[in-house]
Formats: sequence, C-alpha cells, structure tokens
Amino acid sequence: MNWIITENNKKINALDIPTVSIDEIKSDVEKMKMRVIGFFGKQEFENVRLYVVMADDKIGKIYVTSSIFPPSVKSYESFTQTIPAFHIFEREFYEEFGIKPLNHPWLKPVRINQDKYPFFEMKGEDIHEVAVGPIHAGVIEPGHFRFMCQGEKVYDLEIMLGYQHRGAEEIFLKNPKYNNRLAESVCGDSVIGYNMAYSQLMELLSDTTISNKAQIIRRIALEMERIAIHIGDMGAIAGDMAYLMGASIFGITRTLVINTMLEISGSRFGRGLINVGGVNFDIDEKMSDKITAMLDDVAKTVDRTTKIMLKTPSCISRMERTGVVSMETAKALGAVGMAARSSGVDIDTRFDFNDKWYTSLDVVKPFKATGDVHSRFKLRYKEIKQSMQIVKKLLAKLKDYKEEPIKTTPNGVISPNSFAISMTEGWRGEIVHIAITGANSELLRYKMKDPSFNNWYMLAMAVRNNGVSDFPLCNKSFNLSYCGNDL
Amino acid sequence: MINLLINILILLFVPFLMTGVIKKTKAFWAGRKGVSIWQPMWDFMRLIKKDSVVSRTTSWVFKFAPVAGFASIIFAAFFVPLAGGKAIIDIPFAFIIFSYVLGFGKFFSLISALDTGSSFEGMGASREACFSTIVEPAFFIAMASIAALSQNYTFDGFKMILGNAGGYGYLIIALAAITLFIMLLIEGCRVPVDDPTTHLELTMIHEVMILDNSGVDLGLITWGSAIKMLLFEALIANLLIPASLGGWETLVAFLAIIFALAILIGTVEASVARFRMTHVFEFIFIMSITALIILALTTYRIYGG
Repeated sequence: MNWIITENNKKINALDIPTVSIDEIKSDVEKMKMRVIGFFGKQEFENVRLYVVMADDKIGKIYVTSSIFPPSVKSYESFTQTIPAFHIFEREFYEEFGIKPLNHPWLKPVRINQDKYPFFEMKGEDIHEVAVGPIHAGVIEPGHFRFMCQGEKVYDLEIMLGYQHRGAEEIFLKNPKYNNRLAESVCGDSVIGYNMAYSQLMELLSDTTISNKAQIIRRIALEMERIAIHIGDMGAIAGDMAYLMGASIFGITRTLVINTMLEISGSRFGRGLINVGGVNFDIDEKMSDKITAMLDDVAKTVDRTTKIMLKTPSCISRMERTGVVSMETAKALGAVGMAARSSGVDIDTRFDFNDKWYTSLDVVKPFKATGDVHSRFKLRYKEIKQSMQIVKKLLAKLKDYKEEPIKTTPNGVISPNSFAISMTEGWRGEIVHIAITGANSELLRYKMKDPSFNNWYMLAMAVRNNGVSDFPLCNKSFNLSYCGNDL
Repeated sequence: MINLLINILILLFVPFLMTGVIKKTKAFWAGRKGVSIWQPMWDFMRLIKKDSVVSRTTSWVFKFAPVAGFASIIFAAFFVPLAGGKAIIDIPFAFIIFSYVLGFGKFFSLISALDTGSSFEGMGASREACFSTIVEPAFFIAMASIAALSQNYTFDGFKMILGNAGGYGYLIIALAAITLFIMLLIEGCRVPVDDPTTHLELTMIHEVMILDNSGVDLGLITWGSAIKMLLFEALIANLLIPASLGGWETLVAFLAIIFALAILIGTVEASVARFRMTHVFEFIFIMSITALIILALTTYRIYGG
C-alpha cells in the first residue's frame, strides 16, 4: 500500500505523491473498498501520469497515488472488471490520453467522437429502438438517449452525452488568475457549489485564510441553492406526472427562495456572490431576518403541498416502484449525492469529511432506502427541511462574527508543486475540484468531477424494466447535469 | 333552417370556447391568471394563416390525413344533436355510423403518424390504437342498450329513456354519462389518460402523433379534436336534458352542460396526476364495466321481471 493520505480542503506536495505500478494500484484499490473520486491523467513530457484518488467516507480521509505510463505503454488491465464504479473514469482517461483499459466492458466515447458511437444493439421479434434527442422538445440541455424496448417496456437505455463539451478544464489553465466568473459558469444550476469548490481550492493553493463570516455566508448560499433547486425539482416531478397543482405551487415557492438570493447577491442564482478571498456581499441583520421570514413562509407551503401530493393516490401510484435503483447497484456504480442517499447509500461530504461548519450544527443527515422516484421525491423534501434548519443555525452563528470582514485580499502567489483537493456537497452531490501546480507555480492540471459524472449510469439502470413513458419521470427525479458531465 | 344555423354556429365557436374554459379552469386551480378564454380561437386563426412544413420523408398520406380527420369529425357531427334540436342527419342507429366515421379519421391520423417514420410517433400511434380497441366495444354496448331502451334508435331519441326505463332511468343515465365522460377523457386526450400540455415525447399519446404537423394542418387538427370533445359532451348533454324542455330552454341547458363539463374536465386535470401507462387500461375498463351494467339493467328491464 503506497498511498499518501490527505483530507478534504488540504494541500499536499505533488512530489510526495508516490509513483507505483498500475497493477499495484489495481490490487490496492480492490482491497481498499473505498470510493473513487479522481482517476485522471496529466501529461508529463512524453509520459502520462495517472492520478488515482480514493475517498474513505467513514473516516473522512482521501488517498492519493499515481502511476507513470511511458509512451511505449498504451494499455493496462481495466479496473472496471472488478469495480464497476471505475467505468466512466476509465472511459474518460482513455478518451483524453489514448491509454486503453483492457477488457473494459463498455469502452465508449464520453465527450467526443459521438458520430462513431458504438451503441448497444438488441435483436428480436418485438424489439424496437427509440432514439430521443440530442435536441429535445423542452427547454433542456442536449443529450441523446436510446431505448431498447419491447413494446412499452424498456430493456436498456443508453445515454450518449458530450454535446456541451467546452473544454472547461483547459479554460482554467489558460486563465490562471482567480477566475470565479468562469467557475460559476461551468454548471449553471450549481453556481454556488462550483464557485465554492473553486474558491476553496484557490485559497488553499495561495495560502489565503478567509474570515469565518465569509465561510458562513458561503454555506448559507450553498444551502439556499439546495433548497431552491430541490423545490424546483419537486415541482418538475409533479409537472411530469401532469399533477398541475404541485407543479405550479412548487414553482411559485422556488421563486421566493431565488428572489431572496437576488436580494443578497444581485443574481437569482448567486452569481457574483463568492470570490477567492471571501464573499462580495454581506448578510446583515435586516437581511438575516428577511431570510428567516422567507424560509418560514416557504416551509409552510412546501410542507402543505408535499403532504397533499403524498396523499394523492394518483401521484403515489406514479412514483412508487418507478425507477428503482437498489443499494447494491448504487454502491457498485459509485453513485454519489442525493441520488445515492435515496437508494440508502449514506454518504454526504458535508458531514463525512468533517466540515466544522456543518458538523458543529447538530443536524441529522437524512437518507431514504427504497431507491424509487418516490424516495427521491421524499428525500428532496427532507433535505429542504434539513437545509432550512442549517441556514437558520448558520444565521444565528453569523451574529458572533458580525465585526469580521467579508473578504480578504488573496495572496497573488500560488504555491509551487502542490496537489490540492476540494470537495463541496452541491445539491446534486459532491463537486470535486483538484488542482496540480508545477515548479513555477503554474497550473498544470485542473480537474473537475460533477456528481452527474457518476450518476448518469444510475439513471440507465433505473429505467430498466420500466415503461418507456416513465422515463421522463425517472430522469426528472435524478435531474442530472449535462454540462457538468460534459465540461 | 334555424336548427341548422345553430348547429353550424355551435361547431364554429363552442369548441374553442370550451377548450378556453378548460384552460381557464386549470389556471384557476393552479393559482394563475391564465390566458383569455378566446385564446384557443386566436391560436387557430394564427395557425391557419401559416403554411405547413412537410417532411421530405412523408408521402401523400401525411398531407391527406389532417383533412380526412377534420372532415370525418365534421361529418360525425352531423349525426349528433347539438343544441338540443334534432341532428342535421337524424337517422336510426346513428351511433354506429358516428363511431365508424370517427374511426375513419383516426385511421388516417394513425397511418399519418407512421408515415413520418419517427419512433415516437409510431409509439403514440400504437398507444392510441390500443386504447381505441378497448373503448369501442364499451361504447357500442352502452349506446346499443340505451337505444334499445329508448325504443327509438336515433341519438335524439335517447332522451326518451327516462320514460321507458322506469325506476332504473336515473341510474342508467348516470352510468351512461360516466361511460361517455371516460370516453371523452380518452378521445379528447385529457389527464389522467394523456397530458395535452406535456413536452415529453415519450409520454405523449395523441400529441406525439401530430408532432410533425404545422400551420393549417395543425390548426385543423386542434379544431377537430376540440369538436370531437364537444360531440361527446353533446351526447352526455343529450342524455341529461329532459325531453319536456322547450326549444330555447334546451339550448341554454345544452350550453350550460357543455361548459359545466369543461369546468369538470379542467378540475379533474388540476387535481389528478396522470396515470401510469399500464394503469390507463384499468381506467378504461371502468368504462366497459359501466357499459355492461347498463346492458344488464336494460336486459332486465326489457325481458326480465
């Protein structure tokens, strides 16, 4: 076992990361029984260095190691054979560096070369294929879905993404100066989550300490983002079932939350709120009262509407036992975030990786176990309630740090030869940002991992053996990101 | 002559107003202001001013189908007494020709959906065909029973059943109204069977079949389906309006029932989620059950005790 042990929001010397053979990593990984959060390459002259980052949720530690591929070595035995969670990481690595994982069961393009995409095929008397997208009938992002059906029943769904690939990671390298506006544009529905992960990473690299007040305001914004998006998603789930009342009331309620965000930061989605070094807008006592009043108002409406929906037989019948993902499947696929929690996988980086602003609050971490649409709907409701609690407690805490400044000027110098990792639990799940700097303090690699990256395959599993007409409902219950996956 | 004129006026304006009322009702329940009840009519006016865009992969069927569908619905409307008066073509056993004339239009809309070669449209067509197959026998059983009971086999004569059915009259009328209302939800593609406002191709039934239609064709299809809903509402109204009412009173009662049903449809749509596709069949079988009860009651009345 040759790994360096680190923590979330911690910087290590990149030169301390051991270099071991890929076979050794493979056998270690099989023994470790941990979750993969990073598996990516970096060009080092003619060689490719592969970094493997594993997370232990039980003790909140992160394990890092690396392996070198000289130009002569163009393949290795795939990890996916024994640990399916690696499948998407290995596909990404193959696509970026052309190093082939041997015996990978579904080695397909992730983001580029979709015109040559080798779809799964199914043959038989009654089998038909339904292709949807990449342009959809609604105002949603592009993605291609191919269903293999017998009549109305879906045998398998294959999801082909990559239409939104903008090369976001490379853009960070080209704009190494603190670039919060870029960070919050990577995935438009997780503005706070992405910006927070980026800012924390840059603060680590530049040894900037931000005020407690800024820390609290960031987390208030993160929880408000969670509340707003979850409410919107509950409305969208209701809308997909054609349950009009749910759709419209949740829609109205979400507006209250994002409008408060507008009052705080001048943007309904919190753009421009967070900067490296702190936050740009303060939450004073008056604003704090406003937020509390808004949350009470929203809580009332959400409680009432959720109760009505969960008592309406037609709604329950649509949601229950639709799109089931068992705990075993979720674990095997390395599912993360809210979707994993609703299948009973109890992981939440806010609490598992000991973020003191959360762990000191004494709130329970909710999770559900049935793994169907109903469970994802209900978990959203529980998380909304939990986030409201968190926001209120943080607002109370904010009073203790009234005198502190909201921003500090970050150091201009980035520390050389560093490997820093920052995980933020966005509303969808963990947003992982990893940065590696070189000897001259230049950014060599910027790696992002959206929770959707792990979870898209979960959706494919969820719709198996469901009616094809239930797909939109399953899809909405996950509400995964296309641009976060495509980067 | 006046009767004919009223029929034409009703076919021209009431379908749009009725869909407008449904939309307004839904908006009311959703807490929104909603669009004007004339909006469906403005939409129609806008659509008929536009040209149609036709896919290169389609054949003449695609262009013919909207016209065939609309013509069949208008023709079917001739057999239904609108405004309480006699139907324009008042013949015995009109329900059979009514059903098959509508079936003719539906056949063309099905093959036109297949003609586009789209996988969704094929799926929509298969769903629509499947539902129609189950609906048809129930409709015939219910209608034939009522026809037998009324001793007068025209639609217009159906209002006599109160006199002929004796004590069961109200029960039979209620059951027939339920049967027709469910059929209205199915044929009109309303929630809980179908969701007329969804943008999700995979869940659509009727909407997906007309995804490729545009301009005048789409205008004719939307008008046609509004008229079709009106026809089923008219059949329900025809059962409910007592034969004793005079001409103008009947007209008022007719319009009142049409708009009451529109409000009822809007309310159902606002308060019920759409059924899962597999449960829709169970819902449609309710219609078969009520139809069979009507048959049993009718048989008992005519031959039994």
